[in-house]
Amino acid sequence: MIRLVLTRVLSAIPVMGVVALIVFFMLRLSGDPAAILAGDTASSEQVERIRVSLGLTKPLYEQFFGWIMQLLRFDLGTSLFTGLPVTSLIAQRIEPTAMLALSTIVFSVLVAVPMGVLAAWKANSWIDRLVMVICVLGFSVPVFVMGYFLIFNFAITLRWFPVQGYTSPFVDFGRFVSQITLPTLTLSFIYVALIARITRASVIEVLGEDYIRTARAKGQVEIKVLFRHALKNAAVPIVTVIGLGVALLIGGVVVTESVYNIPGLGRLVVDAITRRDYPIIQGLILFFALIYIVLNLIIDIIYTIVDPRIRY
Amino acid sequence: MSAPATSLPPARLSGLFPFLRRYPLVVIAGMILGLIVLAAVFAPFMFTRDPTSMSPLQRLRPASEAYWLGTDHLGRDVWSRLVYGARVSVIVGLAVAGLSVIIGLVIGLISGYVRWLDAVVMRIMDGLMAIPGILLAIALVSVSGASLTTVIIAIMVPEIPRVVRLVRSVVLTVREEPYVEAAVSIGTRLPLILTRHILPNCIPPLIVQATYVCASAMLTEAILSFLGAGTPPTIPSWGNMVAEGRLLFQIAPWNLLWPGVALAVTILSVNILGDGLRDRLDPKLAKRM
Amino acid sequence: MSISRRELMAGAAALTGGLALPGSQSALAQAAPKGTLRVIPHAALTTLDPVATTGYIVRNHGYMVWDTLFAQDEQLAVKPQMASGVEISADKLTYRITLRDGLSWHDDTAVTSADCVPSLIRWGQADGMGRRLFTYIESVSTDGPKVIVIKLKRPYGLVLESIGKLSTNVPFMMPKRFAEKAVTDRLGADDMMGSGPFRWNKAEYRPGARVVYDRNPKYVPRSEPASNAAGGKNVFVERVEWVNFPDPNTALNALVSGEVDYYEQIPADLLPIVSRAPGVKVANFNPLGNLGMARFNSLAGPTNNPGVRRAIAKAINQSELLKVAIGNPEFYKTCHSVYPCGTTFDSTAGSDLMAKSSLDEARAMLRASGYNGEKLVLLATTDIPVQSAMAQYTADVLKRIGMNVDAQAMDWATVLQRRTSKNPIDQGGWNMFFTWWEGADLLDPVIQFALSGLGEQGAWVGWSKDDEAEILRTAYAEAATLDQQKQIAAQVQARAFEQSFNVYTGMFYVPTGFRENISGILNAPPFFWNIKKA
Repeated sequence: MIRLVLTRVLSAIPVMGVVALIVFFMLRLSGDPAAILAGDTASSEQVERIRVSLGLTKPLYEQFFGWIMQLLRFDLGTSLFTGLPVTSLIAQRIEPTAMLALSTIVFSVLVAVPMGVLAAWKANSWIDRLVMVICVLGFSVPVFVMGYFLIFNFAITLRWFPVQGYTSPFVDFGRFVSQITLPTLTLSFIYVALIARITRASVIEVLGEDYIRTARAKGQVEIKVLFRHALKNAAVPIVTVIGLGVALLIGGVVVTESVYNIPGLGRLVVDAITRRDYPIIQGLILFFALIYIVLNLIIDIIYTIVDPRIRY
Repeated sequence: MSAPATSLPPARLSGLFPFLRRYPLVVIAGMILGLIVLAAVFAPFMFTRDPTSMSPLQRLRPASEAYWLGTDHLGRDVWSRLVYGARVSVIVGLAVAGLSVIIGLVIGLISGYVRWLDAVVMRIMDGLMAIPGILLAIALVSVSGASLTTVIIAIMVPEIPRVVRLVRSVVLTVREEPYVEAAVSIGTRLPLILTRHILPNCIPPLIVQATYVCASAMLTEAILSFLGAGTPPTIPSWGNMVAEGRLLFQIAPWNLLWPGVALAVTILSVNILGDGLRDRLDPKLAKRM
Repeated sequence: MSISRRELMAGAAALTGGLALPGSQSALAQAAPKGTLRVIPHAALTTLDPVATTGYIVRNHGYMVWDTLFAQDEQLAVKPQMASGVEISADKLTYRITLRDGLSWHDDTAVTSADCVPSLIRWGQADGMGRRLFTYIESVSTDGPKVIVIKLKRPYGLVLESIGKLSTNVPFMMPKRFAEKAVTDRLGADDMMGSGPFRWNKAEYRPGARVVYDRNPKYVPRSEPASNAAGGKNVFVERVEWVNFPDPNTALNALVSGEVDYYEQIPADLLPIVSRAPGVKVANFNPLGNLGMARFNSLAGPTNNPGVRRAIAKAINQSELLKVAIGNPEFYKTCHSVYPCGTTFDSTAGSDLMAKSSLDEARAMLRASGYNGEKLVLLATTDIPVQSAMAQYTADVLKRIGMNVDAQAMDWATVLQRRTSKNPIDQGGWNMFFTWWEGADLLDPVIQFALSGLGEQGAWVGWSKDDEAEILRTAYAEAATLDQQKQIAAQVQARAFEQSFNVYTGMFYVPTGFRENISGILNAPPFFWNIKKA
């Protein structure tokens, strides 16, 4: 187990290196933020002076190695615009994003797994078809179209939920729930589709196995067969897809945060990209990549727990 | 999506349109897509006007005889923009699917077969996979400026690693097959092995993958436009229509509604078609999904 | 503006004592400050230095945290604000500005003249009008902790107009340690130390999402009623929060549902939603309006040809453009002057060019100019709806008069960057872009930066080079009477249309929405003193 963790952690390092390299050079190919900092009425000379003061005139390799050395000290640099450390900007914004992601995952798993199991159990019935139609719809409707649909119906017309905003659950839990509901539903749609589909497929596969027939033959209750035997053995692909779906989730978070005005990391990075605030973009993409890698590492470890047959 | 054939009573299969009966949804989806492609190709003949010409006095008009689907905030005809917008979605979908599959195939074949390259290539692919696709695409578009080409490239780049992984996994299984090993042992040259023995095995799953890439590319184009990093607004695309229409969706809902519906129906059809293809071409994958 | 100057000079002695209006203070003092005012500003506050950087959002931020020596009232007359008054010597070469009592920085140290002198100097390096002022200044010094002495080389008519300037870059007074920073060394979140009516709440600052200001309990407002940036800045709320909304629909819905109190700029097209909503009021608090502008690059072809520029100006029809860009006719009007229509220098000199727009004439003018199908690169902003519509409209019109238009779509950040390029268009150069100004920034020939003819030595991007315009602008600055000023301003305008470095695309107003329990909003930029929340 320790060896597994160690190898995986070590193998993550070159991946992070590649991410850093891609992000840094891609951004440097674009222009730079000096003109935006200088503002609407600035002259070219003022822009040039700002460029020098930001160190943007140094050779690229020098800027790159400077940045890497900084990273090794766990320093993501400071925002070019506000002068605030990127780490503290991330810390400020991480809670709403984490809460939205968490509520989406929890909600999606709670809805999608039973849906998938049901569809598998009643394979080829109308229930199955309905579930699969919902799944394809989930993959096909753009997140923001879904968002506006929900806002229009449930926030504006019916007034069941507030239109926008975020309140920390540690401040006012009731308000948190009412504000997070619509964003969670919006974001969950595609995730439910993903998980329900893989659950259905995995359970259908497992249901054909001998030990299920044995269990059924022994007269076990159907529910128990489904959830204890079938689902347990179908867990690996389901957990995998939850891990891989994190990338999808991050993309969805960016849009959902814009629609519902949630001050999270997604909006931070989109705003930073439109302003070319390099340190924030670099820091956040690295951070998202790190989360993705760490989550998938954790999932690898979970595998060995849920499915003892897997060994690395 | 569609049910395995065994579940249907055999008597039904002898009908006049057996395929339609077996895969009714797939056929409908295919027909819808066909219509959309036709509309895109023959856009000028679809009772359209210039999709970019503005009539300041006719802005935000609801549907009428003159403007079948109403006008937008610049007084442009929504029907015309919808029809011309199909071109962009079709082009983006096809180009991204085609290019990412071809590039992914080449990289995947080589890295699956040339062991010393494999480690390097796969680290790069892992790196690309770890960056959320949308963020990578927004960054790429803002780096290189908004144009249809950059949007296609920006959407394509994050898709490549997925194709590479798929191809590589096929290569890794196939290369151990006796007939491939035999070919190697009699000194067949590498390009020949790749094209003659390995490539054919990659095609079916790739076609299926390509349809999913196509659907997700259309979706991503719309999301990029929504976030202001997509196709330039001078080009009528469904994504742009949604992005511009959302500002006024409470005043003139048709500006958001029609492109939203068009987008959802098209992507839905591509996805259904993909599921149908998967059932036929790749039964193993079909079983897994 | 000039009226104010004469008033000030005539009444210099009276001003030294302050112009207390009896009766106003008792009424103001009664309301106890309470509550939080939630505001949706027009943009996110991401740069924080109101002197070194421009942008209306930074200016508005500046007015929260800092204070000014002088300020303009609703009639645009310059009134003392931190100053108790000014004494102007008979030869008009020495200005002695005295600070009023009770001024302190947010760290409770006293405001002294030694802080104000470097503040003025730093602003004099950053601002166009400030740079012009400093070419007349021999020295700025202190005379004791309360008095600032400005000595001029020769008389200059716009000394107080400059340091009492309403809009960007505003000469805010800062503590010496910040004021002595280089202009390129921008102030950050730790440096927000002013003497203004609100205090910067650093702990709750979320760049791009939220800005929080707390009432400054130690602020001593003037006794006059508030009027524009002048008068008493009485704060009636405990806290002001600026919350950013990336999406105007969400923003509007938040106003309608009462989640926010004040929405600074509602897109005019969305007004029907508000008019149906109970509890929401809409008004325009900016009587000067905004003026749209297309700016040409006069270094790169084909727009280095004044004939081509004039032909484009002829082709643009303000009422059509405003119709697509703004939509609701209640919120725009055509204006064929380079100064905001209805203000002192509004004039018809040379305005036929735009007032009688015509595509046929534009085609003829284009042919006469020697234009030969060269490509014209138009930087089309995508992420600001008004600018996007202006660009798309113009591209359409220019195609119709037979120009080879390349409308390059990009976000505003990229426009800001691209437009600094002086290269020919095939090497990343550009020909025109669109923006707008608040009326206050275009009031006269000197304050209007876009009229500068200094070329690459200090004009706005586009590098308009016109010696005659500069001679006229200097003459304006040194003019003695209002009539002379008016006459020169009209000549500046005629010259501006002849050269057409800019196309003026009309006036528009952006309505502000607010909950009906909000009162006391000033006819001014978004200032948050004087506002009460019931």
